[in-house]
Amino acid sequence: MTDLLYIIAQKNSLLVAFVFVGVIMWLSYKASKYLTVGHLHGSAIAIMAGLILAYFSGQYTGGSKGVADIELLTGVAIMGGGMFRDFAIVATAFGVNVEDLRKAGVVGAASIIIGVLLSFFVGAGVAVAFGYTDPVAITTIGAGAATYIIGPVTGASLGASSEIIALSIAAGLVKSILVMVSTPLVAKRIGLDNPTAAMIYGGLMGTTSGVSGGLAATDPKLVPYGAMTATFYTGVGCLLAPSVLYLIIKQLST
Amino acid sequence: MIIYGVAILAFCTLVGKYTGDLIGIMIGVQSNVGGVGIAMLLLILLANFPKRIFHLDEISQKGVTFWSAMYIPIIVAMAAKQNAVAAMSSGAVAITAGVLAVVFSFAMIPPLMRLSNNRDIKKDD
Repeated sequence: MTDLLYIIAQKNSLLVAFVFVGVIMWLSYKASKYLTVGHLHGSAIAIMAGLILAYFSGQYTGGSKGVADIELLTGVAIMGGGMFRDFAIVATAFGVNVEDLRKAGVVGAASIIIGVLLSFFVGAGVAVAFGYTDPVAITTIGAGAATYIIGPVTGASLGASSEIIALSIAAGLVKSILVMVSTPLVAKRIGLDNPTAAMIYGGLMGTTSGVSGGLAATDPKLVPYGAMTATFYTGVGCLLAPSVLYLIIKQLST
Repeated sequence: MIIYGVAILAFCTLVGKYTGDLIGIMIGVQSNVGGVGIAMLLLILLANFPKRIFHLDEISQKGVTFWSAMYIPIIVAMAAKQNAVAAMSSGAVAITAGVLAVVFSFAMIPPLMRLSNNRDIKKDD
C-alpha cells in the first residue's frame, strides 16, 4: 500500500509539488489572517516557511537543494527551478504600464551600475577587513556579494581557489535569502510602493531570486518592474567584476 | 483558445533567453544578459500591438494571466529548494559580506528615488 503510494508520488513529482506548495500557501494565508491579523502578508509567511523547511531538510538530508532532496519532494526542484520561475516572471509583465516603465528608465539603468559597484566594493571591503590580501580572492568575494552567479564566474576567470569560490557563492546566497526575507519588513520605510522604486530596488539588489521573492511578499504588482532591472544585473556584474573591477582592486592592493 | 496565450508566453520567454545568451557571448560574458527582461519587453510589445494586427481574445489572455497568478507559489517552491543550510553556516566572511551588501543597497533606494523625482520636476517646468 505505502509502496504503491510512494511510486505514484515519485512518478508524479511535479503534482506532489503543487499539493505541497498549495498546503504551505493555505496554512500561511490562514496564519497571516489569524496570527498576525494581516500585518504580515501571507506570501511573505509562505516564502519564509519555504526557507525554514529548506533549512531543516538540508540539515536532515545533507543535500544542497532544500526540500527537493527529500525523495518524495523532488518535484519542488522543477516547480521552483529556473524554467518555471522565468516563465512566471515574464507572465507578470502582461499587466505592465509602459509609461511607468519609461519614466524610470534612466534611473533604473543607473541603479544597475550603482548596485553592482556598491555590493562589489562592500564585499571586497569585508574581505580586506577579514585579512584577505590576494587581489583575486578580494575580487571574487566582492563579486559574490553582488550575486552568487557573478562570484563563481569571476573566480573561475581569475583562477581563484575553490574555497574562495565557495565563499563567494555563500556570500551571494546570504544576500539573496536576506533580500527575500527583509524586503516586506523594510518596504514601507524605504518607500518601496511604486513602479519607479521597484525598478531602482531591482537594479540595486540584482539577485533575481531575492528580488522576485522580496517583491512577491511585498506587493505582487511591483514584481515585473523589479524583475526587469534585476535581470540585467548579473550580466553587468559578470562583465565588470573580472575586468575593470579586478584591475582597480589590483591597483589598490599594491 | 487558452493555449494561444500559453504559447505566446513560452515563445517570448524562449526568444528572450536565447537573445540574452547571445548578448552574453557577444560581449564575452559567461552569463545570460537580460534574457528575462527582453522576454518581458517582447510580451509588453505584443500586448500593446494595434488590435487589427495582433489581438489576444479574453480566453487566450487567461493563458498568460494564469501563469502570472502562479508566480507566488512558484517563488515559494523556489524558496523551499534553496541551500539555506549553506547560507546559515557559511562563516563570518560570507555572512558579513552578504548582510552589508543588502543593507547598503537598501540605503541607496531613497536617494535614487529623490534623484528620479527631481528629474520629473525639471521636465515639468
